[in-house]
Amino acid sequence: MSAAKTLFEKVWESHVVAEPGNEPALLYIDLHLIHEVTSPQAFEGLRLAGRRVRRPDRSIATVDHNVPTTANRVVIEDPVAARQIETLRRNCADFGVTLYDVESPRQGIVHVIGPELGLSKPGMTIVCGDSHTSTHGALGALAFGIGTSEVEHVLATECLPQGKPKTFRISVEGELPEGVTAKDIVLAIIGRIGTDGATGCVIEYAGSAIRSLSLEGRMTVCNMSIEAGARAGMIAPDETTFAWLKGRPFAPQGADWDRAVAEWRKLATDPGARFDRELTIPAVEIEPCVTWGTNPGMVASVTGRVPELGDAKTEADRRAWTRALEYMDLRPGTPIEEIAIDRVFIGSCTNSRIEDLRAAAKVVAGHRVHSSVRAMVVPGSQLVKAQAEREGLDRIFREAGFEWREPGCSMCLGMNPDILQPGERCASTSNRNFEGRQGRGGRTHLVSPMMAAAAAIMGRFTDVRTWEFRKEEVPA
Amino acid sequence: MEKFRKLTSKVMPLDRVNVDTDQIIPKQFLKRIERTGYGEYLFFDWRQDPGFELNNPRYAGAKILVAARNFGCGSSREHAAWALSDYGFRCVIAPGFADIFHSNAGKNGILLVTLPGEQVQTLLDRAAKTENYSLTVSLEENTIHDGHGFATQFAIDPFRRECLLEGLDDIGLTLRHAAELDKFEKQHDAAFWVAPRAGEQAQA
Repeated sequence: MSAAKTLFEKVWESHVVAEPGNEPALLYIDLHLIHEVTSPQAFEGLRLAGRRVRRPDRSIATVDHNVPTTANRVVIEDPVAARQIETLRRNCADFGVTLYDVESPRQGIVHVIGPELGLSKPGMTIVCGDSHTSTHGALGALAFGIGTSEVEHVLATECLPQGKPKTFRISVEGELPEGVTAKDIVLAIIGRIGTDGATGCVIEYAGSAIRSLSLEGRMTVCNMSIEAGARAGMIAPDETTFAWLKGRPFAPQGADWDRAVAEWRKLATDPGARFDRELTIPAVEIEPCVTWGTNPGMVASVTGRVPELGDAKTEADRRAWTRALEYMDLRPGTPIEEIAIDRVFIGSCTNSRIEDLRAAAKVVAGHRVHSSVRAMVVPGSQLVKAQAEREGLDRIFREAGFEWREPGCSMCLGMNPDILQPGERCASTSNRNFEGRQGRGGRTHLVSPMMAAAAAIMGRFTDVRTWEFRKEEVPA
Repeated sequence: MEKFRKLTSKVMPLDRVNVDTDQIIPKQFLKRIERTGYGEYLFFDWRQDPGFELNNPRYAGAKILVAARNFGCGSSREHAAWALSDYGFRCVIAPGFADIFHSNAGKNGILLVTLPGEQVQTLLDRAAKTENYSLTVSLEENTIHDGHGFATQFAIDPFRRECLLEGLDDIGLTLRHAAELDKFEKQHDAAFWVAPRAGEQAQA
């Protein structure tokens, strides 16, 4: 009898090309996602070495990081960004890689379009020159971010030498309280284990609260695995996964579909399989979260306060907290609900999918954005944007005073013109609150889409569990 | 890739935990398509503070950086490794590094040494207090010493060590397995349920 195996081990073992003794395993890569920022030097490396792209059919490119999100964005004013995008176009043409360019109906954030087009599937290995590649693990894939040298390596060989990571199962058990979302789950996890709490590990998220999440929610959780230091995050594929994937453009069809589902069903972790580490969190302990500092582990409940420096466990932490509070211009002990904000950003590969926009629109419907707040919604892809517009969500946002933008990474990292001004404070559904992340001197608080929407209306953070929903049903 | 054998150099201490790659090289410098020229943007925002270590003349020319826990966390941008290398750093010593940064550093000839927290603290303190404090790092012997009583062995993955010692090109190493790769790929392509374009419909 073969030993019980984890989801990760099954995917890993089915992709090992070679295991040369004292070297890392050579892992086959099923899908390589490419964007403009981390690929130019990789393609240039291929050219210099006279190499080709081994499997253009396993490679897909889009533009997301640099592109403006304003309506007229075909001409990009920033010459350096324009050159980078032009370089991607030339590289894709020269090497035969499909590109979903700025005017394609399939353009969007790379981690939104991979799953929504059905390119990302259970059991695959997926890489991208972007740390949030962990997102695709929500489908039961082993998906991880790589650097540009590795991008070149995958382009040339469709493989990567990889040391085998450790396994870490995090189980969230019980029913999530109303108003508590996938974003709060993952922020609560990072708050507990820290930003290096899962370094060297692949996390498998399990437990009834995870299984009850939609695919969009699972993507939010897996997306931020990297913020806990993890190599990847994964969730076993189940009926929710199959129902979500069925009928998508690149999903198998007909008899192939049934055969594929039968294969995917085998992926779940076997009973009794051993993990290197385990952690269980009761769902009932999770509340709507707001980060107060300059890394995603610096997190509090919305009903809580900015911590006192005396609460820091080590001297190094105390110094880091002091520095973070100075940067964030916050005083220890301040109630989170008293923190006023200037900007709201709903978007990013963490929270820009249709379900995120529906949740935010439900909070916004019938309300007005606070007079001191500038708020924007940036859908994750053209398909999400079109779907939202069919459902009338854009109207709800616009009528409330939100800007409704074109798809891209936008203010998550501010590589395009969407940035915070120095000193501005933002409630953001993105994934990183590092110093200067959304613009030099900008102050980022990470929250769920519902919490961001409520903050936009109130001009400060507020507990969405006590929100006054003015319209029961969001119009379709 | 430049080989790493043995290095004796001044040391720059950076006593901060969780230094993320957004700080090492901010996003506005990621729009360039070149692999070189990032050194002048290293720690760009932090350098605006005259008191920042990189602005301190006593650390000028340091090729060894000593940092606190979880150095290089966050974004996968290899530009962080390019910026460190371009500025002149060849070795970073810390109690722990983020995974992707670890990989990126190795591919650019930067040696990352993981040492226990107490030893790193000793190095941080000595570098901050001693004028021209320098260390000798030998990858051939897996040792670090300062000639003034600090001496230790360090552990490193043997494959990573070999690549750094010899300056090996990863792609070249992988292509030694070309026959196995061809064989694997032929079988693997039959597994359509893990192929990206399994059910490809007409292009939108």
